[in-house]
Amino acid sequence: MYDIILPLKLFKTSRLTILAVAAVAVCVFVVIVVMTVMNGLVTDFIDMNHEFFSDCIISTDSLVGFGHYDEFENILRSSDFVESVTPVINTFGLVKSNSSGKNAALSLMGIELESHAKTTDFAKSLYYRKDKPSLAFSPSYNPQLPGCVLGIDLLVERDQWGKYLQSAYLPRWSYGITCFPLTPKGTLVKTGTSVSANTGTFYYSDNSNSGLARVDSAYVYLPFEKLQSLAGMDIGAKRTSAIFIKFKKGADLNKSVEKTAALWKDFVARNSNSEVSGLFKNVNVQDFRSYRRETIAPMEKEQTMMALLFLLVGVITVFIIFVIFYMIIGGKNRDIGILKSVGVSQLGIMRVFLRYAVLTGLVGAAIGIAAALVFLDNINGLENWLYVKFGFQMWNREIYAIGAIPDRPGIALPIEVAASAVIACLLGALLPTIKAARQNCVDTLRVNQI
Amino acid sequence: MKQNDYILTCEQLYKSYQMGAMRLEVLKGINLNIAKGEFVAVKGASGSGKSTLMHILGALDKPDKGKVLFEGENIAAFSGRKINEFRNKKIGFVFQFYHLLDELTVLQNVLLAPMVQMGAIGWLLHSAKAKKTAAQLLGELGLAERAEHRPYQLSGGERQRAAIARALINEPDVILADEPTGNLDSKTGNDILKVFEKLHNAGQTIVMVTHDDRIAEKASRIIRLADGKINPPVV
Repeated sequence: MYDIILPLKLFKTSRLTILAVAAVAVCVFVVIVVMTVMNGLVTDFIDMNHEFFSDCIISTDSLVGFGHYDEFENILRSSDFVESVTPVINTFGLVKSNSSGKNAALSLMGIELESHAKTTDFAKSLYYRKDKPSLAFSPSYNPQLPGCVLGIDLLVERDQWGKYLQSAYLPRWSYGITCFPLTPKGTLVKTGTSVSANTGTFYYSDNSNSGLARVDSAYVYLPFEKLQSLAGMDIGAKRTSAIFIKFKKGADLNKSVEKTAALWKDFVARNSNSEVSGLFKNVNVQDFRSYRRETIAPMEKEQTMMALLFLLVGVITVFIIFVIFYMIIGGKNRDIGILKSVGVSQLGIMRVFLRYAVLTGLVGAAIGIAAALVFLDNINGLENWLYVKFGFQMWNREIYAIGAIPDRPGIALPIEVAASAVIACLLGALLPTIKAARQNCVDTLRVNQI
Repeated sequence: MKQNDYILTCEQLYKSYQMGAMRLEVLKGINLNIAKGEFVAVKGASGSGKSTLMHILGALDKPDKGKVLFEGENIAAFSGRKINEFRNKKIGFVFQFYHLLDELTVLQNVLLAPMVQMGAIGWLLHSAKAKKTAAQLLGELGLAERAEHRPYQLSGGERQRAAIARALINEPDVILADEPTGNLDSKTGNDILKVFEKLHNAGQTIVMVTHDDRIAEKASRIIRLADGKINPPVV
């Protein structure tokens, strides 16, 4: 019982305990906050990419696109593992605001609303037409006008808490969108000797908040056929840049991608005599992770690096605890002698100090976890407050690619970190404890008698 | 007297310490028999080896040569576990500087030995008797009102009485007291001495280290240590 009472009493009365607890709490706090943000960042980013780009993408990097896409869509639709498919055009254009006169070169995405809403989570990203995504390109003030959906960061401001200040009524803004059309051979369409450009006027009909900062700050969505026409992808054989595919629920992603790739291979072989068959060479069949590997892979590497760096935090914690326990136990020489004089064994002495270390680890971890949870709960508000108050943006959306700082650590991470903290405390206290247990009790009792 | 009547026996005890380059011979062949119920005062000048002898008798230290027999058994042959049991059940230590644990209350300090003896589960099941004994001891030593106080809240005399209560709680066969009155004023020292006399009268074996003649006179036998030997030699 002494080995339960004494650790509790030591914990309550030793001032050095406060230092040890504070050291553990700070380390736990830092690890949880940073790992939550890093893990959340990667997980959120992967999920958002999945939601935005569907399960599998058949795509080409060429702005010319590829043909016969509608035929292959039909093949996919008749496959037992495919839920839905949708064609997507990715190109670039000059977007000019007719009200402000400002213009910018932006990414243009041509989508078929109904099939796109079935294949991706695009509908969820809308503001005005969230419940009726099929009307996303119909401005509410005049549904007959050609509409366009803009990435939310192109035109909606945020308040100091990071919340978007959406207008209750859809503003009547129009945009002139200009594209340089390309022939199936990849040449610019010319009128006489000069390069031809296609321009259309589109009315702001909604905005899209995908959560992917680079998408939301650079993408304008247009009706598929209209962009196909603007980009010249309806010249000769109609072309698209990509086909997004959603697999049936429960279908294995890798196997389904393999099946799709096999179907595509057969399809390309059957259409090898087509006039646009040369465009098939640039087409890849990939799952969403591979399709977005340029952005996902560095983040996953950063996450691994971060985990390795936090091993160093663990080592530092062990060292801090070692130093503090060395000091604590050094001041308890006489007590160790007293305990031995009443028959406490070496293991008993070790139990007292190791339980003290466990208690220090548990309390430090609990404080660290509580502080981290409170901090994470307010992290987005704090970051926005810093931005509004001092113009300092800790979390640059351009760099970190998502809209909000991840603030949910889950259950596993705090438990893992708390367990690591307790183990770190045990390791840190082990050497001083062994030294204490092996100490000659006569020496410790004589200290005050010389 | 037969050998079996002695509770503690020392045979040719030698002990030395390394002090820098010098080897200090503290005990040079001590032979000593202590009978059950005896009150032995060990006298000697400072540095004569009194405390060293007491630590060896209580298995807190080991001799370089020679042996200590407890009820005929050589304590050097005890296992680690048996040594701990020996310190816990057979010996009660009283130190000059009390050596109470500051983190614990007086009652918890007194209960330390039974706690060690019983273990956590045993303590939960059988602590009532130990607590009753501790309360009784504290009452007899005039510390009933101080049971929940911490050592730093007590006077020197009270602390020493608490230390005596701790030494007595497991009803040890021998009390080893190392200058128990050395840190107290003469009145308080007398009070403590009365406690030891009372214990001796009740049949308790006591070995007390002291350099105070007045205290030593209360003992049933005085052993004088000089130059690492008992002077005159015990026959």
